[in-house]
Amino acid sequence: MADQYPAIILLAPLFAAIAVSLLGGRWGSVCLPIVLAALGLSLAVSVALLGQVAAGGEVVYKLGGWPRPFGIEFRIDPLNALLLIVVTTVSLLTAIYSIRAATTETPDKLPQFYTLFLLLVTGLLGMTLTGDAFNLYVLVEVASLTSYALIAMHSKRAVLASFNYVIMGTMGASFYLLGVGYLYIKTGSLNMVDIGEILRGSGLYGSKTILVALMLILVGLWIKMAFFPLHGWLPNAYAYAPSSTSCVLAPLVTKVTVYVMVRMMMTVFGPEYIFSFLEWSPIVVWMAVIAIVAGSIMALAQINLKKMLTYLIVAEVGYMVGGVWMANETAFVGAFYHVVSDAFMTLCLFLAAGAIIFQTGKHTIPEMEGLFRKMPWTMVGFTIAGLSMIGVPPTCGFFSKWYLISGAMEAGHWGYVVALLFSSLINAILFFRIFEVAYFPKFDPQEESAEEETTGRAGEPPATMLGPLLITAACLLLIGIFNQEIVTLIRQAVNTFGPIGFIG
Amino acid sequence: MTVTEFIVSRLNYWIYIILMMIGLFAMISKKNLIKKLIGMSIFQTAIILFYVSLGVKEGSNIPILEHSVSHAAEHGEIIRAEDYANPLPHVLMLTAIVVGVATLGVGLAIVQKIHKEFGTIEEPEILAKIESGDG
Repeated sequence: MADQYPAIILLAPLFAAIAVSLLGGRWGSVCLPIVLAALGLSLAVSVALLGQVAAGGEVVYKLGGWPRPFGIEFRIDPLNALLLIVVTTVSLLTAIYSIRAATTETPDKLPQFYTLFLLLVTGLLGMTLTGDAFNLYVLVEVASLTSYALIAMHSKRAVLASFNYVIMGTMGASFYLLGVGYLYIKTGSLNMVDIGEILRGSGLYGSKTILVALMLILVGLWIKMAFFPLHGWLPNAYAYAPSSTSCVLAPLVTKVTVYVMVRMMMTVFGPEYIFSFLEWSPIVVWMAVIAIVAGSIMALAQINLKKMLTYLIVAEVGYMVGGVWMANETAFVGAFYHVVSDAFMTLCLFLAAGAIIFQTGKHTIPEMEGLFRKMPWTMVGFTIAGLSMIGVPPTCGFFSKWYLISGAMEAGHWGYVVALLFSSLINAILFFRIFEVAYFPKFDPQEESAEEETTGRAGEPPATMLGPLLITAACLLLIGIFNQEIVTLIRQAVNTFGPIGFIG
Repeated sequence: MTVTEFIVSRLNYWIYIILMMIGLFAMISKKNLIKKLIGMSIFQTAIILFYVSLGVKEGSNIPILEHSVSHAAEHGEIIRAEDYANPLPHVLMLTAIVVGVATLGVGLAIVQKIHKEFGTIEEPEILAKIESGDG
């Protein structure tokens, strides 16, 4: 049984999606229990798998029993074992949140919503698990196709945003596919570990084909993860999507794609090629600096709450790309720790924003007056997430920034240090502006009471919304407090990549 | 190597790059949403063409063995990989075609919904409607 863990993690949501699409049309009430059971099972097995990996090192699962390089294999090291838990936890919490949110936003399409939701989770889990470059392309497209449909379910603006996402997303995936083709020309293999060994063993580092493959794969993945200036599709798509959709897309898609980039850099091309042979590290880190600064400034210009959060994601992608490309172990640990913590921070912010919009129907920041009094617990969650985005200890945001900044100092990249501090200051302005507006009630008490009567819903959101929000907020503190355990796991994975202290 | 040789010896690459650029141009610059999707299809087909051309070898046959391996061994025939076209890129493209069809289907469904919501599929007109607060 324990050998089959990787397959169970992927197949539970896949079969549940089939079950929901078959049964949901007739008996709508069975959707939710199936979804929760499947995601719960995946989460439990992921935790067990992390235990296995932490104790015994890498786990390799051969699909159909075919050995490498003939068959497709799942390869689980501490990095993706950690990410599996993140994906399953975030999707489980969002599923609980969607009990009320989805029934209000897309009441006539519940079975379709849950089918697509489960397929999206399947795609993301597959991207995390797989050790095969072409298989990865298919799973990227599974995750993307479902998210196009999920986004388009909602308002008029969302449909247009989804169309732009279709065009950009297809471009990204096609560039990736082309890059894999060039790798296949030179190595004759599609297995990631195998390609890496062939590149190292046959002295292909000088080959132009490999260089083109790397560039195509990077551009493709950068489009998919919305790395500035390729982020055009993200803000509208995530801001206008239904809230239970954006709660699962915003935290996961960009982070899983960052993980895919890490896998490509470390396992397929190898750190020696990327950092020592090509010496691209300073260029990409400067691109990340621009992404961080631009994302933060664009966030500052937004008045719509969800839109502001989407631009913060663009800035956060800059953090992670910069950290990974810094070419030293501390910054890499910081970047991957940030992948984990940013998934929960983004989830917490989007859950809180979704709950606020659900209760008050208001989308812009100036309309948020007096929210601390009307819905105190929601705002507690929002405040913890905001403080974590700013980087206040003991939230996880502080520790990831700490590792990223010390890594940048080790590498002597002061531009990145300045950009990170600048972005933290902007975050402080952004969130304290919201806290200020929300903390002080409206000046005229009569007007407010009249408004409460007209909006109808006031006070705390239902327990199925508040619960996930508070659990996520608690996770932010827990990830911060147990940062040493997570960092040890990441370091264990880094050691298998070979010499990561490549420069300096 | 002359310029002609340079082009002719890599003809499959040139064709796929030209097709891909036509597709990319349509995706970026066309204002009609259906034309954008047509561009997307051309773009994906160019990549499929690239992969298919990878498997081709000069003077090679379809990758099906005429007799079993044991039969060949008995008669002293040698099965050589270079006699057969590489089937793997072709098999991969079967999957990629499926993905392309699915993407096109989702894209067309979204365009249909856009037409229902906005009454047009010309991008400038849709943007004008959103600007005027109709969105």
